[in-house]
Amino acid sequence: MEQTVKNPADGAPDYNFAYLDEQTKRMIRRALLKAVAIPGYQVPFAGREMPMPYGWGTGGVQVTAAVIGPNDTLKVIDQGADDTTNAVSIRQFFAKTAQVATTEKTAEASIIQTRHRIPEKELREDQVLVYQVPIPEPLRFLEPRETETRKMHALEEYGLMHVKLYEDISRHGHIATTYAYPVMVDDRYVMDPSPTPKFDNPKMNNMAALQLFGAGREKRIYALPPYTKVKSLDFEDHPFEVQTWEDECGMCGARDSYLDEVILDDQGNRMFVCSDTDYCAERQEAGHRGPQHHDQPLGSADRGKAAE
Amino acid sequence: MTQMNEPLLRVDNLTMMYGDRVGCKDVSFELRPGEVLGIVGESGSGKSTLLRSISAQQEPTKGTVEYQTRIDGVRDVYQMSEAQRRLLMRTDWAFVHQNPRDGLRMNVSAGANIGERLMAIGDRHYGNIRSNADNWLCKVEIASERLDDLPSTFSGGMQQRLQIARNLVTSPRLVFMDEPTGGLDVSVQARLLDLLRGLVHDLNLAVIIVTHDLAVARLLSHRLMVMQQGKVIEHGLTDQVLDDPQHPYTQLLVSSILQN
Repeated sequence: MEQTVKNPADGAPDYNFAYLDEQTKRMIRRALLKAVAIPGYQVPFAGREMPMPYGWGTGGVQVTAAVIGPNDTLKVIDQGADDTTNAVSIRQFFAKTAQVATTEKTAEASIIQTRHRIPEKELREDQVLVYQVPIPEPLRFLEPRETETRKMHALEEYGLMHVKLYEDISRHGHIATTYAYPVMVDDRYVMDPSPTPKFDNPKMNNMAALQLFGAGREKRIYALPPYTKVKSLDFEDHPFEVQTWEDECGMCGARDSYLDEVILDDQGNRMFVCSDTDYCAERQEAGHRGPQHHDQPLGSADRGKAAE
Repeated sequence: MTQMNEPLLRVDNLTMMYGDRVGCKDVSFELRPGEVLGIVGESGSGKSTLLRSISAQQEPTKGTVEYQTRIDGVRDVYQMSEAQRRLLMRTDWAFVHQNPRDGLRMNVSAGANIGERLMAIGDRHYGNIRSNADNWLCKVEIASERLDDLPSTFSGGMQQRLQIARNLVTSPRLVFMDEPTGGLDVSVQARLLDLLRGLVHDLNLAVIIVTHDLAVARLLSHRLMVMQQGKVIEHGLTDQVLDDPQHPYTQLLVSSILQN
């Protein structure tokens, strides 16, 4: 059934609901079903041109467009923040083409599209997390041939993945891969968790929410159904570990969240703030304070001001 | 030790056609553990085609290649599943390319190159992999301090030795070599041959070595097959073939070497 959305406000032409036509959405949903059925397996799909450049989340947008309904509430984050260009424009895109409700609150969203981060707040069974993926193939950097990487996935030949980790240790003394850290899904497929920091890898394991990954340029979709086993690859004598910080968040004082470093001036002054803006704002509302907090008006939009 | 007398590899009536053209035709032979077979012949005589067909890289038009596997007994390598065949190729077999760049990963360190096969068969202890790699580097006469260097910083001879180490780390029983000394200068060639001869002897390797260099063949191989236009025209003990060639082509080949 065709649904169209009229946007009287700016006189934009009539879009089909969520921009994509129904045939395309059906094609993407088929790919998604296959991806959910084979956790971690990369399903090719006929990716469409979207009204944004590759690298800006065309894969994630197509997946979101295929799963979103009129009653959904959408949250979009980029590097954990709701207020960055990419997040704002994708949120507006769906507000306009699907006229769905949008939110910055993790708890209120039914669909969260993300680039890089998984929200700090634990996700629920009724939520869907959509990742924007630049390079879906974890073996790509060591094996450029697509025919060969497919064969390696098919035959579970994953020794090469450890060659990369070995190389890390021999060069840096520890596994220096900090993002796109390869994981083993359900004891079968090695998967690239997209450029999320490895800090978020443990959250993928056994997550209650459905996780969908869309790579627009490479035209691949993969997925993690709820409660899937996700294990980060490592060595027996160099076990997987996540990043830690000596500092706390300058705004909310959190010590358990992923922190971004912000340069304050050219005198070497810096501060650390939560990359998850919603998490940080919620903590501040609850009265938590970090060392750099000067009781300015709250909200993610004020982060830049606080740094001045 | 009955197994020692059973052939490790049996090639039967192997024929490889490229359309109407003959790659190699009706080649049959057996290879026993620890035996080194040289295949000589001029360029275009089908040596490399034969090697590729035997080493499961190119399915022949006709004929069979049977291998005495460690676990399942004698198996036709082209009847195995692809997974089994690839496992065999990276554990019990080894392939040394003429150009080390074809056999090495140039963008990871020497240690990672040697460790790759170990990690491929499930070794997950960094310390063990590294010490094993270091050990092999010594065996092929490369200094330990080069363990973390990229192969691209190695000389041609070192790259070739690294390729050998990378292949032998899983203790294969059968090694295929395609002109392993090609492109190296004479003194480096001599050292490499010396090293290979030692390793072959110490590890009791069965080797099939393709070369157009009769000196290499004489030094390394026990038996020799001479090929011309895709066919084996003479086959026998190396000394016998080289000192008393029967076929006119072999006589020509042998007489073309400068004698001193």
